[in-house]
Formats: sequence, C-alpha cells, structure tokens
Amino acid sequence: MKPRVGTTLASTTDGTTVIVVRWGDSDLDVTCGGAPMVDARGPEAGTTNEPDPAQQEGTRMGKRYADDALGVELLCTKAGTGTLAVGGVPLPLKDAKPLPASD
Amino acid sequence: MNVTMLLDMAADGFGERVVVGTREEGFTAARLRELAAAAGALVTDSGADSLLYLAVNGPAFPVALFGAARAGVPLVPVNYRLGAEQLDHLVGNHPDALVIADEGQTAAIERAGLTARTPEKFLAELAETPPPADEPVFVDPDSPAVIIYTSGTTSAPKGVVLRHANLVSYVLGTVEFASADEGDAALMSVPPYHIAAVSNALTNLYAGRRVIVLEAFDPRNWVETVRGQQVTNAMVVPTMLARIIDEPDLDRAVPSLRSLAYGGAAMPRRIIEQALREWPHVDFVNAYGLTETSSTITVLGPAEHRAALESADPAVQARLSSAGRAVPGIEIEVRDDDGAPVPSGTSGHIWVRGEQVSTEYAGKGSSVDAEGWFYTRDHGRTDADGYLFIEGRVDDTIIRGAENIAPAEIEDVLLRHPDVADAVVVGVPDDEWGQRIEAVVVARQGADLDEAALEALRAEVRGSLRGSKTPERIVCWPELPRTPTGKLVRRDVVSRLDPVRD
Repeated sequence: MKPRVGTTLASTTDGTTVIVVRWGDSDLDVTCGGAPMVDARGPEAGTTNEPDPAQQEGTRMGKRYADDALGVELLCTKAGTGTLAVGGVPLPLKDAKPLPASD
Repeated sequence: MNVTMLLDMAADGFGERVVVGTREEGFTAARLRELAAAAGALVTDSGADSLLYLAVNGPAFPVALFGAARAGVPLVPVNYRLGAEQLDHLVGNHPDALVIADEGQTAAIERAGLTARTPEKFLAELAETPPPADEPVFVDPDSPAVIIYTSGTTSAPKGVVLRHANLVSYVLGTVEFASADEGDAALMSVPPYHIAAVSNALTNLYAGRRVIVLEAFDPRNWVETVRGQQVTNAMVVPTMLARIIDEPDLDRAVPSLRSLAYGGAAMPRRIIEQALREWPHVDFVNAYGLTETSSTITVLGPAEHRAALESADPAVQARLSSAGRAVPGIEIEVRDDDGAPVPSGTSGHIWVRGEQVSTEYAGKGSSVDAEGWFYTRDHGRTDADGYLFIEGRVDDTIIRGAENIAPAEIEDVLLRHPDVADAVVVGVPDDEWGQRIEAVVVARQGADLDEAALEALRAEVRGSLRGSKTPERIVCWPELPRTPTGKLVRRDVVSRLDPVRD
C-alpha cells in the first residue's frame, strides 16, 4: 500500500490502530500480528484475520514506530497485542526526543 | 488525523487523570470526552455551521473546541475586547453559528440576530445530557478545526483557517504522548482568541498535563496561583513576564515551577536576564510562531538560555535574543526583496513551510504560494547554526529618506537601559524625510526619566547605532498602547505623537 499521511490503518488481528505520520515513495505491505492492516475508512475496514502467534510483541499507545531507511513512521493510536511490521520486518520503536513544552 | 483523535487517545491512555481545571473540581480526560461528545451532538442537532466562542478562557473552552471538532464544524474564538464595529463585522461572518458568550457580551450576538448561551449554561446543559454512545467520529482532516482572527494591529483582522491536519501535525511534531508526570499542571494566561490558547489546550491534553486558566492576569495573582496550584509549567507573553519581574514588593518565589514558555512579541533582554537569575531552577523556552503556523515554529530551549547567560562566546550570548531553531517538520527560508534565499547572517524576509502551516484566509483564498511557502511578513536572519533572529514586522519598517529602518534595532538599545520598562520606535510623517524617527519610553516603576535622562538616551542610541537611526525625539509616557496579548499598537502611538495629521 501507499497510504497518504494522516490515514488511519486498522489491524485485522487485534485492536491496534495507527496513523501514518510519514511515508516514503515505496509501495509497502504493513502488517500487524502477521496479517495486512487496512484503511480504517476503506472498503476492507472490519476484516478479521487469524493472528500469527510468532508476531505478538504488542503495540503501545502514543508510541511512534519508524524505519528511517524506508521513510516510514506510524503513530499508535490504539494499543493491541500484535507486532507491527513493514515488508515482513518488525518496525522498531522510535526514540522519543521530546521538545520542551512551548505553549 | 483530526483533533478528536487526540482526545480519544488521552481518554483511552489516561482517562482517570484530571486534565482540565483544579484537581478538586476539574474534569478527567474521560469526562472531557463525554462532554465533548454531548457538545458535538448539540452542535449537530442545531444545524450550526460553526461554534462561536465569545467568552473568557475556562473549562468550557476545551469542551467547545473538541465538541465543534466532533461535529465537524470550526470553533471560532472571538476577541471579546473588540469594539462594537469590528465585533459586528466578525460575528456577521458567521450567521449560522451556535454561540457561547459571557453575560455582557451578548449585545453583538443579538444585533446579529443570534442567541447565545453562557459558558456555565453550556456546561450545565451538557452535564445533564446522557453521554452519547462512545463511537469514534470521522472528521475530514482537511476540514477547518478552528478559525482565529489575527489581532489586526497592522491590518484588518483576517480569519486564519486552521485545519485538523495543521493542528494535529503541530501536536505530533512537538509533543510526546503522555509525557507529563501525574502531578504536572500548566497555567494558561492568554485569552481563548489567541492561537496559544488553542495549541495549549491540545498539547497539554496530549501530554497528559492538567491545565489551569488565569482569567485576568496580574502579577500577584499569577505568582499566587503558581504557588497555590503547584503549577509546573506556564506560558506568558513578554509584557506579563516584565510585569512580574518589575512589580515592587512582590514575593516571586515559585518553587513548583519547572518550565516557563514565552512568546507572542519581542522579549526585552533585561527582563529575560533578570528572570533567569531570579528563577535558577526554571527551564525557559522561547517560542516563535504565528496564528497562521498553528503556533510554535521555532524554539529556543532551556539549555540555550542558560548557555547564553554563562558563555564567553558572543555568538552563544546573542542567542538569548533569538527565537531558536525550527521545530521538526518546519522549513524556514530568509529571502531578499526579490524572493531569492539569502545566506545566514543576512537579513531578509522570513518564509515558512510545513504541514502545520495554514493555507487559507477565510473568504480571501490561499495564504501560501504554489510551493506551499507562507510569508510571515516578519524580517529576520539566521546565524551559522540556524538560530533565527526576528527583526520585527515588515509593516513596521520606517522609511526615512531612502533608508529602511527596523524599529526593533533601536528599541533593543532603549530597552537595555535599566530605567526603561517599555519602548517603541515609530515613523512619524515628515515633510522633509517622508518619515522621521520618534520614540516613546515607559519608565520602570520607581525610576524617573526627566529631560536630561531622555537626552542621554538619545546619545546612547547615537553611540550604539548611528545618527540616521537616532530618534529625533524621545518622550516618556506612563504606558504604551498594547493589546492584552502584549502586541504593540504602533498606529496608536503615531496618532498620539502626531495628532494634527491624524
């Protein structure tokens, strides 16, 4: 898939949702718990799949998952039990570098 | 990607945490979502196309903000201090609005044929509504979340359209979710029609930080609230900090305060230096931004403030007068009069681009060029490390003879004087020069600026700058015409200095 920034993607194996914060030029598969994620407002919303027991590391609310080489960054907006992966490779948690509060 | 998502995340992530108001009487993130859902239903059922907020800041404000968002209509906070004519004009732009207005603000609403409810009645009504089913709402990220009118200090107020995508991009770019500690509390002193009130409501909620509102600022009330409510974070405009620092016989102890952010106008160097020394335990943050940029686009952080005070390196010292560096997702370019980028160190016009930048003025079309760049109408320069120095509004430039003169440069010199609390430099119409430079200063409380002192001030400017930048006249007034959010109203200064022409 090649979602636009701001799109909400929903897991088909658990309750995870993410929003796309960054997306490079590539067409890539995003999976959670081993099955493809779908556009939360698209025709496939509501699809369910069997989770892969080997991909159950969990997602954490408010955390960013990113691959700088691919230019992909996802923000978890609902936590779940599956592992987020892009192109079959688990997406690492991005280090938080918070700015000082400015307002 | 809309602001309701931020509230949903807060309610899911730390629903039981009090996020609005005092710890005793405030409401939790979960309760805020319930009230916002009820407010959204109220707006939708009324058929309104916008939610007008003509009241002081308070707990009804975030409810209105998120309620409007859930209904998919913009919140329009309006300056309740505007004169009747301007108010009628702005209210007239929103004939199909649902209106929240304080008692005493209803005249303009009635003139427009609308009815208003007070913030108290609005909240009471929502509290009686059974919480609607907890269903996620889908709001188009490209729809307007907020329309804020610019202050109109240099031109007629323009309605800045901030879309959900602009505001959410700002929040995600600058704040980590749930990064605040359980006991953290932020004190908000700016009115709801200021962009900082909107961004503050969003960023503090997303960080999980409770927000307390100071309805009417005065220095004593501010320090007492910080102490009484154990405030950890606060945001002020420079005039507020100046009043806190210069107030005689004020107990300025604020042991709970960890972070103080400021912005919205130029900060006199004397004030920030004194504040840094007064509160060695506080992290200072200078933020530069505009309504059109969803608030902050550059930040000067705590370590940079302290380094500027302690360093022997002139470049590091100078940064105390800078606005810091761009936040993630923001590009800044300084361009010459012909639009070509200039190298660091050279002054020019500040242009900005990024997801958080508004692209439209209500009813006036696009506010950016074909490549998405927005012209701030501010002059400035960057140093070799990307620190941005703001040199004032382009519209404030004085043209004396053929020379363009930025008032800020002269004001900086005046403000360095220990007896000067406030200063403004303006161009007054002049038959010979087109404009001549005149200055008005305000004496620090307890100080006396007599004719000899004002003449000495002129000599100081001549010594620091040069003859053509020296005000022909410096006068002393009890105070300068500023908006409540600290912006100088220069045209009022000019008309007082030159009453015959006006």
